[in-house]
Amino acid sequence: MLVPCPWCGLRDAAEFRCLGESVTRPDPVGVSTQQWRAYLYLRDNVAGWVTERWYHRMGCRQYFLVERDTRSNEIRSHPADGRQPR
Amino acid sequence: MTASRPWGNSGPRAALAGVRQSFARRGPDRYSALALLRHGLTGQTWSPAWRTRDLRRSYPVVIVGGGVHGLATAYYLARNHGITDVAVLDKGYLGGGGSGRNTAILRSNYLTPEGVRFYDRSLDLYAGLAADLNYNVMFSRRGHLTLAHSDASLRTMRWRAEVNKLSGVDSEVVGADDVKRLVPHLDISDQTRHPILGALYHPPGGIVRHDAVVWGYARAADRLGVHLHQDTEVTGIEVSAGRVTGVRTTRGDVATPLVINATAGWSSVVASMAGVRLPVQTFPLQAAVTEPVKPFLRTVVVSGTLHVYVSQTARGELVFGASVDPFASYSTRGSLDFVEGLAGHVLQLMPSLAKLRVLRQWAGLCDMTPDFAPIMGHTEVEGFLVDVGWGTYGFKAGPVAGEAMAACVATGQPPDLIAPFGLERFAQGHLVAEKGAAAVGH
Repeated sequence: MLVPCPWCGLRDAAEFRCLGESVTRPDPVGVSTQQWRAYLYLRDNVAGWVTERWYHRMGCRQYFLVERDTRSNEIRSHPADGRQPR
Repeated sequence: MTASRPWGNSGPRAALAGVRQSFARRGPDRYSALALLRHGLTGQTWSPAWRTRDLRRSYPVVIVGGGVHGLATAYYLARNHGITDVAVLDKGYLGGGGSGRNTAILRSNYLTPEGVRFYDRSLDLYAGLAADLNYNVMFSRRGHLTLAHSDASLRTMRWRAEVNKLSGVDSEVVGADDVKRLVPHLDISDQTRHPILGALYHPPGGIVRHDAVVWGYARAADRLGVHLHQDTEVTGIEVSAGRVTGVRTTRGDVATPLVINATAGWSSVVASMAGVRLPVQTFPLQAAVTEPVKPFLRTVVVSGTLHVYVSQTARGELVFGASVDPFASYSTRGSLDFVEGLAGHVLQLMPSLAKLRVLRQWAGLCDMTPDFAPIMGHTEVEGFLVDVGWGTYGFKAGPVAGEAMAACVATGQPPDLIAPFGLERFAQGHLVAEKGAAAVGH
């Protein structure tokens, strides 16, 4: 499987670490314990296209977003180029 | 005279008529040595192990998922609680998911007291299962070795052994020499990349025939009146005012006040139909089997460090399993990465297997939870129960999960044995933390 890295282009999946579904971290200040635990544990786990964060650990060591179909592992660049902060 | 009735209508066959009649009274389906002899001599065909029924428009209990968990739940509901008006729905064939894709290893040497007593009950049920179901499940108690390749893993194993012994589970740390005695083919020299320093030895562990477990439960549940529906996919769950009222299937709608989600791989998808969000991510786990060879490996051998477990089946094939794939997916396609890594790791343990050929590989879907423990019991939707999140350890828990879920349905209260595994633990922060012993260590 080839992963489209926004900096390095298509590279073998073994060079990357998948960090899972892209989730937004709530502001730790003022968030309830319940909301924080929901952010920690609950996932949509969709059978279909998902937006994920990957880390190019054996390349540019950048974090970025991709879209992947979890039924077929077809993978494509994130429409916004995937170059997200963090 | 026909080929299937070698003695025609005279002699021994007539003499057997009386025997046949006496068996008929006990039920034609009971399997025994005498029944085998009778069928062999008369050429009489065996009746199907379970019946095909019409899908009724309503059932008091609907179980989604016809694997070992769903079928065991149905069986114990009928046998222990007299609730026989139950439908088990499966989108494919019985045992076609995780129940037919696991590596059939049984053990109870877990790390947390909750885990140990739970899996030990399962092992007890497995030990008596063949007699209970009147179906040979081929449980072979051959011992289970978890190899230690570092001082750190030896320490964890000592910890596990002590937790196990406190719960009355036979489990002990053994040295490399004992390992060599149990499995002479293992390379215990210190010249390897990951030398074997010792192991956690668990004599009651073993392997079982996983299809037989599924078929045995299905047959026994069917005899007690449970309806088994294959090729019946649940496409929706009706919820009204926070209560389950029915399920939609590819064969029509079924009204029901109680739905048990006993699926593996698809638990998030089914739960989302009822509006329930689960702390689950689905990962494929790959396994492979070699050509059959003469019996040489008695014990189940596991290496957490090398992400591999090996056992030899009654047919002589070696069954290999790995840890889950590195990213979540619903795809069960095999990968070259897996076979390559697996072969390297197995050969590090047993170099003499270099010429053995891999016959086939496959993958099953594992619903991983954040604490490597299952999710069992009620949810926020009344009448929607779950028995999910079974990760890579669901098969060995099948009987006890079925027994506990049946009790949960019959009494309306999760039994003590599964109380720590409720869905609410994630919101409350009471995780079970079984990762140290549940991950990989099959």
